Amino acid sequence: MTRRRAITLGAQAGAFLVAVALLTVLPHWLGDFRASQVAYVGIYFIAIMGLNILTGYTGQISLGHGAFMAIGGYTTAIMVGHHNVRDLWTIPLAGLVAGGAGLLFGVPALRLSGLYLALATFAIAVALPAVLKKFDHFTGGTQGIQLFGRPGFTGKGYENVHVLGQTLTFNNWLYYLTWTVAAVLFLIAWLVLGGRMGRTFRAIRDSEIAATSSGVNLPLYKTLAFGLSAFYAGVAGSLFALATTFVNPDTFPIILSLYLLIGAVISGLGSLWGIAAGALFIQYVPDLASKYVSKAPGAPSVAYAVILIIVVLLLPFGLTGLIRKSARPLTDRLFRGHNQ
Amino acid sequence: MEPGGPLMANFLQQVVSGLATGGIYGSLALALVLIYRATRVINFAQGEMGMFATFIALWLIESGWPYWGAFFATLAIAFVGGVVVERVVIRPVERAPAVTVVIITIGLLIGLNGAAFWIWGGETRAFPSAFSTRAIHVGGVAFSIQDLGVIGVSLAAVGLLYVFFRFTKLGLGLRAAALNPEASRLVGVRVGWMLALGWGFASVLGALSGMMVAPLVFLDPNMMRAVLLYALAAAILGGLDSPIGAVVGGLVLGVGLNLISTYVDFIGDQLKLPVAFAVILAVLLVKPTGLFGRTTVRRV
Repeated sequence: MTRRRAITLGAQAGAFLVAVALLTVLPHWLGDFRASQVAYVGIYFIAIMGLNILTGYTGQISLGHGAFMAIGGYTTAIMVGHHNVRDLWTIPLAGLVAGGAGLLFGVPALRLSGLYLALATFAIAVALPAVLKKFDHFTGGTQGIQLFGRPGFTGKGYENVHVLGQTLTFNNWLYYLTWTVAAVLFLIAWLVLGGRMGRTFRAIRDSEIAATSSGVNLPLYKTLAFGLSAFYAGVAGSLFALATTFVNPDTFPIILSLYLLIGAVISGLGSLWGIAAGALFIQYVPDLASKYVSKAPGAPSVAYAVILIIVVLLLPFGLTGLIRKSARPLTDRLFRGHNQ
Repeated sequence: MEPGGPLMANFLQQVVSGLATGGIYGSLALALVLIYRATRVINFAQGEMGMFATFIALWLIESGWPYWGAFFATLAIAFVGGVVVERVVIRPVERAPAVTVVIITIGLLIGLNGAAFWIWGGETRAFPSAFSTRAIHVGGVAFSIQDLGVIGVSLAAVGLLYVFFRFTKLGLGLRAAALNPEASRLVGVRVGWMLALGWGFASVLGALSGMMVAPLVFLDPNMMRAVLLYALAAAILGGLDSPIGAVVGGLVLGVGLNLISTYVDFIGDQLKLPVAFAVILAVLLVKPTGLFGRTTVRRV
């Protein structure tokens, strides 16, 4: 292992441990309401991670990841709301169902590239709410599915939750649940993307032709990226359903898919280390815009758009682009020092 | 007794009104295609730019301008607006990945929508039509003059654009800049400005479709959401590369959806959008570059 690689790995492991420690103690300073907001940040974190695997690492743009979140969310809602299944068990299941859908969609998606693929995924996200409304036998139609108070729903949405000898408010429970899942999925993504599979994904992104000629099974890996990415989105959707205690077709609107891509670009595509920035952006910037700019109808959207455009103009490669750029001279120096 | 009976008459009426909405989808789809050809990006703000222009047209009309005066003034304003947008927010990210540019246009979509809410409020407003809503009867079939007028305006706009691109030097420059920027620069085409002009023309088409659709659906800041989705569908159907494909795709989609929602009960209005997209996905799977799109062969 080169010294440069060791430094990078050490810095990354350190950053991960510091983040875990911070997230563990954070609820002591957050109120109950803020804890639920940061729980949503965790959910967006997971979804953006998934989108990044597909768009950032493999180069396939998806404008429809909200649809995979919806599949995960509805899986959980139907099992908990209609069949009284314990909610925690539905989280991995929701991921698997969404991941399966992702694999299925990944096969025809092989024929599409670039913006055609982006528009095809966008079409899925656009069409899904109408389909959910039409097949109301399973989905409850526009009424949606209520989880609040269901026996399989931890704490039923209002009681305190007892876990590992601790008593938590429902919102703190959500906080620890989402961030625990997020941390586990982050470690998995780190291991998977840092290894052979991640290298293959990046090879596909940089040049499909070169990847093929080096013996990469293109259809296999592109579909796999779709499935893995949708798995993450499905888990995020499941947690989203638990956090809102309710799903209906408007829980996963088209704009959610767009927000996820915005979050992924602001995080920086092709890296896992800026994702918190994108998740925070999705959760807080719209609120900040209405709180500090103007509450007049429409004005917060204008402020949000201006902030978004300025951020993207200043950081066209996202936060990790900035980190890389500012870290490069330093690491280069360290590397050269070692050689001399 | 009219030829073919009332069933046939109803069918023809649905076809003509489908052609009218199809012309509107086609204009916006053509706008999307113009920008795609010039900058290799989908402008998600295309519909909102048209909506904003339509509000400006209404404001002009309400302050006493005659309809056609306001109409052409709005097209001019939309042109300048499109050029300015390209210069200010698109040009700086020209070399960034396509996703980044897509995000900028999504930002524009959110911002223009919010600005319209902020300035004009969210209530729906009636927008005057250039054409009477009366019907003319041809062989027992009633055609609305408005539908025929909308078809006429869309076709005129597309025809003018065709002549411009095909027979003028500026049009040649625009096509060259889109096709091969490096070579065009070498022969003295100012590629940057050509791209800006492309955005200007696209913005004009967006404004046109906004002013045509507003009398049918009433004007409000979310008016163009659905139109944009159908226009995207039309553009994919025809092939993002092909201007003719966009227009044909728009017309096919307009007529097809109108007939389906009239005659297939299960689909009705509710499943119109999913059906439109399902058809398009199916087309993409058979022909990944749309009906008229060129298959690109890349050199390694």
